[in-house]
Amino acid sequence: MVTGGVATGAAARGGVVTGQPAGSGEVHTGGRAATGASPASSGAVPGESGPPTPITLAKALNLGLHAAMAADPKVIVMGEDVGTLGGVFRVTDGLQREFGEARVIDTPLAESAIIGTAIGLAMRGYRPVCEIQFDGFVYPAFDQIVSQLAKLHYRSAGRIRLPVTIRIPFGGGIGAVEHHSESPEAYFCHTAGLKVVACSNPHDAHHMIQQAIHSDDPVIFLEPKRRYWEKAVVDQRPLADLASDTADTAGGADGLHRSVVVRAGSDATLVGYGPTVRTCLDAADVSATDDDRSLEVIDLRSLSPLDLGPVLDSVRRTGRLVVVHEAPSNVSVSAEVAARVTEEAFYSLEAPVLRVTGFDTPYPPARLEDHYLPDVDRILDAVDRSFAF
Amino acid sequence: MPGPPPVVGEPNAVDLDLPAFVADLTASDLVGLYRDMVLVRRFDEEATSLQRQGELGLWASLRGQEAAQVGSGRALGAQDMAFPSYREHGVAWCRGVDPAAILAIFRGTSLGGWDPDEHGFALYSIVVGAQTLHAAGYAMGMARDHSEGAAIVYFGDGASSEGDVNEAFGWASVFGTPLVFFCQNNQWAISEPARRQSRTEIFHRATGFGFPSVRVDGNDVLACLAVTRWALATARAGRGPVLIEALTYRMGAHTTADDPSRYQTAEQLERWRQLDPLDRLRTHLRAAGHLDDHLERRLALESDTLAQDLRVRCQALPDPDPMVLFDHVQVTDNALVTAQRAAFIAARGDAPDDIDGLADDSTAGNGSTGGGSGSTGGSSTGADGRDVGDREGTVVAGEWHGSRAAW
Ligand SMILES: Cc1ncc(C[n+]2csc(CCOP(=O)(O)OP(=O)(O)O)c2C)c(N)n1
Ligand SMILES: [Mg+2]
Repeated sequence: MVTGGVATGAAARGGVVTGQPAGSGEVHTGGRAATGASPASSGAVPGESGPPTPITLAKALNLGLHAAMAADPKVIVMGEDVGTLGGVFRVTDGLQREFGEARVIDTPLAESAIIGTAIGLAMRGYRPVCEIQFDGFVYPAFDQIVSQLAKLHYRSAGRIRLPVTIRIPFGGGIGAVEHHSESPEAYFCHTAGLKVVACSNPHDAHHMIQQAIHSDDPVIFLEPKRRYWEKAVVDQRPLADLASDTADTAGGADGLHRSVVVRAGSDATLVGYGPTVRTCLDAADVSATDDDRSLEVIDLRSLSPLDLGPVLDSVRRTGRLVVVHEAPSNVSVSAEVAARVTEEAFYSLEAPVLRVTGFDTPYPPARLEDHYLPDVDRILDAVDRSFAF
Repeated sequence: MPGPPPVVGEPNAVDLDLPAFVADLTASDLVGLYRDMVLVRRFDEEATSLQRQGELGLWASLRGQEAAQVGSGRALGAQDMAFPSYREHGVAWCRGVDPAAILAIFRGTSLGGWDPDEHGFALYSIVVGAQTLHAAGYAMGMARDHSEGAAIVYFGDGASSEGDVNEAFGWASVFGTPLVFFCQNNQWAISEPARRQSRTEIFHRATGFGFPSVRVDGNDVLACLAVTRWALATARAGRGPVLIEALTYRMGAHTTADDPSRYQTAEQLERWRQLDPLDRLRTHLRAAGHLDDHLERRLALESDTLAQDLRVRCQALPDPDPMVLFDHVQVTDNALVTAQRAAFIAARGDAPDDIDGLADDSTAGNGSTGGGSGSTGGSSTGADGRDVGDREGTVVAGEWHGSRAAW
């Protein structure tokens, strides 16, 4: 199944969506890019024939939410400005018109209440999908997430299930004012009882949001806000159909927590998630051209639980690993990846696991964010250091 | 804590002789209020157009709220402390904060911008409602220190739903703190109307918390001044907090990233345009003979000069030296940050001003212009000395300007 150039560096740079991976070489896992299928079955509009239309990541989420709401009347969307306005990023655009005010709720301005009431609604059998407007505004809800949402299943000896999805646009790079560019994932990964995922491209966004809503566990669903407007063709067949497509590791009801090789390579491994997957792919492109190096790129997708199988597999072949994220490095996802890879693939490593991350400072004013965010140069410097070791 | 007991009895049955609180105003005081409002509106308009031209990343306009902000802001004395949210440009004006410092925040060159102690004006709070608790604590401190002053905290109708705000009500009440809660009910929290936040009038909430409150016409600068003077006097006299709800209207978009046509009708806006706070004061002043064509022309000239000056100074605001990234993370050194700073310098290569940045240490402030900003990779070299400048084009760079998100 060809799912578009989403997994490659092509779309953002050239603006051309090819439906083929730009990277050379065979894709070892996550065979989405390696298999073929009729393009007619993929497209922005289900069932429409003709060439598939690329859609933005935001639109892919919107259509995913639509599909989830259409499939299950218990799914409700709630958050600040999600109704009439359709969300500040328009991810919930049109949902209230379609499903009504009872299912798409403009909530009062209170994040703790958004999550706290979602817990109560979930106890009554609903599947709330909560939108936190920006990463920096999830913290008022912190107690409800880490002390309540994460623990009730355990405390009730399994009697209570809380299928709550918390959508959070995260990360920087849009020139925003303070509190609008943060990467809070480590707080939630550190909390038992929560699942944490991050999508990086329209296809994954479309399906992962449905998988998250389908999950009986609470899911923190991180959306790379600076990639909201990146386009790709999305295969919108239902999850069940994707599940039977064995080549599509990201599909299927259990695909939410798989990491995926998005570009095959043999010399070193780059691992990213959310917004940095694109950056890693760009770095791999540059490295192939300038340095004749073949970098493998893995999209973690699931941050908790981690699926390190593809990473270990890759490191056993390449011997070199660079992990990239926007969040600060201290006690971060990359710290966990580095520790586990060192534990499990120590003798395969030719160099220490290196990390390219945001600095351990508060997120800076917008005019400095390009210095703060991992970019191609910093990634390739890390690759150089790995080779120099 | 030696604080006074909170007001008991009928907290909302406030018998206010409002005119008494503004009886001292002279004609020139009244014109002064008008001047404030005219200049603040012009500042706001200029900021909006600077945003449109890409000089600011975003702007949150106060249009329509000038009377509420100038009226309450001019009620404050030097001994008082104000806690703003993010739209209080008019209060900032009254507190002597340089408007260019506010522009710097929305330009993305600064996170703070002014010295709160110098101006009696805390830093902006973008996290809705958080500042109300800071104000409650600050006011507790003022009471302990037998300060002559009081604190005032600004928040919106939307903010009134946040837990922090309601907790601040409770704390200020039980500790009898000298704090004025000033809610600008501008009818909107981005796209949500005020009735989505509260089924009672917001000022009624104070009753349940046990302190007095008033609703005031937020587009009447004299009423706002009078009510705030009364509330501050109450607070300073040790009679505990007061809640003021200033009923006004956000005449512009939530921010420049917002599109109010998706949720606001033209009639709504038009109805409030008829109540424009500047028009109302102007009509009053002209009828009273305090304002004539000559004075208006002078004011127009002064506005133009202000706008021109701000435009020039905004455009001249430099991108900060990247080294400030690592400054003031904490008071004491953090080894990890120090190491990252050193690595950052090494990766930037050996341009002389980079070295200066290091030597300058923590004093590398906002004013200094680093060489690297805006040209990352352009002339720098990688750790191994190879030229990495040609990679710049491949970076999917963040956009400085025109953030497409409303917030
Ligand atoms: C804790 C928090 N949640 C959400 C936001 C996003 N946001 C910014 S302003 C705003 C609406 C605020 O409305 P109101 O309090 O009435 O103030 P106004 O903007 O009208 O001045 C929202 C939801 C935020 N800044 N902080
Ligand atoms: Mg409001």
